[in-house]
Amino acid sequence: MRFTLNGRAVDIRAHPLKRLLDVLREECGLTGTKEGCGEGECGACTVLLNGEPVNSCLVPFAHVRGAKVVTVEGLKGRHPLQQAFVTEGGSQCGICTPGMILAASALPEGVTRGEVRAGLAGNLCRCTGYSGIYRAIEKARSQATSHRPQATGRR
Amino acid sequence: MMRTAISSLELLQPRSVTEALRLLRERAPVLPMAGCTDLYVSANLGTLAERRLLSLWHLDPLRRIELRAGVLSIGALATYAEIIRSPLARTHIPMLVAASREIGSVQVQNRGTIGGNIVNASPAGDTLPVLAAADATLVLRSLDGSRRVPFGRFYSGYRKTVMRPDELLVAVEIPPIEGRQWFRKVGTRAAQAISKVVMAAVRAPRPRIALGSVAPTVVRVPKTEEALSAGCPIEEAQALLQSEIAPIDDLRSTSAYRRRVVANLLARFWEQTA
Repeated sequence: MRFTLNGRAVDIRAHPLKRLLDVLREECGLTGTKEGCGEGECGACTVLLNGEPVNSCLVPFAHVRGAKVVTVEGLKGRHPLQQAFVTEGGSQCGICTPGMILAASALPEGVTRGEVRAGLAGNLCRCTGYSGIYRAIEKARSQATSHRPQATGRR
Repeated sequence: MMRTAISSLELLQPRSVTEALRLLRERAPVLPMAGCTDLYVSANLGTLAERRLLSLWHLDPLRRIELRAGVLSIGALATYAEIIRSPLARTHIPMLVAASREIGSVQVQNRGTIGGNIVNASPAGDTLPVLAAADATLVLRSLDGSRRVPFGRFYSGYRKTVMRPDELLVAVEIPPIEGRQWFRKVGTRAAQAISKVVMAAVRAPRPRIALGSVAPTVVRVPKTEEALSAGCPIEEAQALLQSEIAPIDDLRSTSAYRRRVVANLLARFWEQTA
């Protein structure tokens, strides 16, 4: 099945009902996407589907046909959010970090701290107490915002 | 880990609504699936009973939100995010936008659909009191044609609906709503929480009040509505309200707590929309 993965056209074979999470990790070898709860509560497996954050544990592979998928690998370690998470202590054990960064990357520009909190309400972190995460997001946003993960589309 | 063996599952992927309706009839039993925010929780937990699924996700004609002769038609596949973004929804039914914002998380709002919330038939579905208070109509379609079912007659019991297995919910129709709209969800936190109590109401001359998570299905409370429209003091309406609900103790809350919160919500609605 054809779709765009981290900016490259790919053609991957897998059962249409296999979870996108498992296709990414097993068929595509991209293990940056983590499984936390496996029921859409924790956001660890967040990826961008046509620019919007989704829980990849709740997405059947069939639903990404023709779509654009971005995983943490697609940010290539150079996204301002990734740098800021390092310097601001936004990451401790690291399991929530890829999902947290992808969800944060999809927030509209100029959002308040309250809107950041609401936008990330589906991403749970059990280490940091969130302060470092919010600080990192604000730092990344105060810097140049030229590096966006990709153009956002609908659905 | 997904606890359902996917090799035992079959997915039908229709290219049109008509093809979907044909597959529903010819390949029964078939479970339609949309955003999978609930269905895949069951699949992941290994509790999914059905073996043949029908994906509706790519049927874009079912995703439209449009105004026709004053009636707002919301396609069953419209996601919560699409409802939140919709200027039509914001203007005509802000209480639905409020409910959509409190469902799950952004990730869930980007995938979950209003049609899924309706046919899933959970008594805790957050959009259901809104649709009950809005006097919405559901449009069901099969190969034989369409029929319209008033929302208040759609649920026949706990997790039961009057929809036939060969029918598909295609749209929700919202008539013009006169009066101030009000919505409140009470859960353990603002996001990712299943409601302990959820209420939607319209402050019309005859107020319309609907509640979720306090009975086997979403309920309207006609005696309470009648009392308030007749000018009864709020204390009397609160007492009457208790006779119109049947909350239970479950893992999310207790019956006693729900009764008390419902009474408080009624008073707050009345005060805030005065």
